[in-house]
Amino acid sequence: MTADEPTYLDGNAAAGAMREVFAVDITAATGQCAGCGDRGAFAEARLYVDAPGMVARCRRCDDVMVRVVSTPDSTYLDFRGLTYLRIRTPTT
Amino acid sequence: MERTAIRRRLTWQTGTVTEVREETSTARTIALDVPDWPGHLAGQHLDVRLTAPDGYRASRSYSIASAWTGAGIELTVEQVPDGEVSPYLVDVLKVGDPLEIRGPVGGWFVWKPEQPGPVQLIGGGSGVVPLMAMLRAHSAAASTAPARLLYSVRRPASVIYVSDLKDVAMSEEVAITFAYTREAPPGESREPKRIDAELLKSVAFQPGDEPTTYVCGPTPFVETVADLLVAAGHDPARVRTERFGPTGGPR
Repeated sequence: MTADEPTYLDGNAAAGAMREVFAVDITAATGQCAGCGDRGAFAEARLYVDAPGMVARCRRCDDVMVRVVSTPDSTYLDFRGLTYLRIRTPTT
Repeated sequence: MERTAIRRRLTWQTGTVTEVREETSTARTIALDVPDWPGHLAGQHLDVRLTAPDGYRASRSYSIASAWTGAGIELTVEQVPDGEVSPYLVDVLKVGDPLEIRGPVGGWFVWKPEQPGPVQLIGGGSGVVPLMAMLRAHSAAASTAPARLLYSVRRPASVIYVSDLKDVAMSEEVAITFAYTREAPPGESREPKRIDAELLKSVAFQPGDEPTTYVCGPTPFVETVADLLVAAGHDPARVRTERFGPTGGPR
């Protein structure tokens, strides 16, 4: 891999780790970046999986939105880079 | 979506390999029987976890290649050189073996037959896998939505699903175009090169068709194609993307 090749994936890649913790899919949820206010599907965030844990950054301003770190007995979630996360709930 | 009505967290379960099929010299399809599989949407993926004798674990996410028809699921795995998981799946795993999986996951990069409008699929390399699931779901539902696949691939021998693609292309609603990047077959008029604006203009749905577009492939491929689409006037909100990296599968 060359230095100018992007190393990130996208929020889709966090689906399994998130569903281990949450009862609903988070990747289709809409989040707002606390840094620049950009709104978009969590799936469209840039996801770095080569850090310890996973880091999701804003596709527009590159600020850290979410960090997920799993240990053998716990999962640490840091959502402070999001103003909110809108999860659609079934109406029935 | 019925599946989200099942409000539970996801846990690992064990499936059994029922069939393996060579797709290319580096990719193969693995069919699994999973007793508690709740069904899935085209485009969803699952995580595979391998555990070494010393307890070391590695997991990777792979797109589901099959449409859900009530029994069994299929994955297609492209071998990543020096990968931790894919060499085992491509070279070692055999019929009858157990495989630990978790899924289905992902609710964004999915196509549902009831979705309105044309569907444009653009895949690079093994990025075709979730798009194949969408074409299979389209066929299984006898959908009348116009669907087009633009498949960027290095050379004819690298094409995954050669015969299945011929089958789905029989449908009047489905059109398939190959974009060869290194070596084109005899008779191909376009010289080997990557997808560009000109090709998108001639073979893909245009913004006025109001398609939903799904782009899947390595990160640089997805970035390039998504940028070309937006530059051509497509609404970014109707362009859905899934990137995978050098660590295998989608990740």
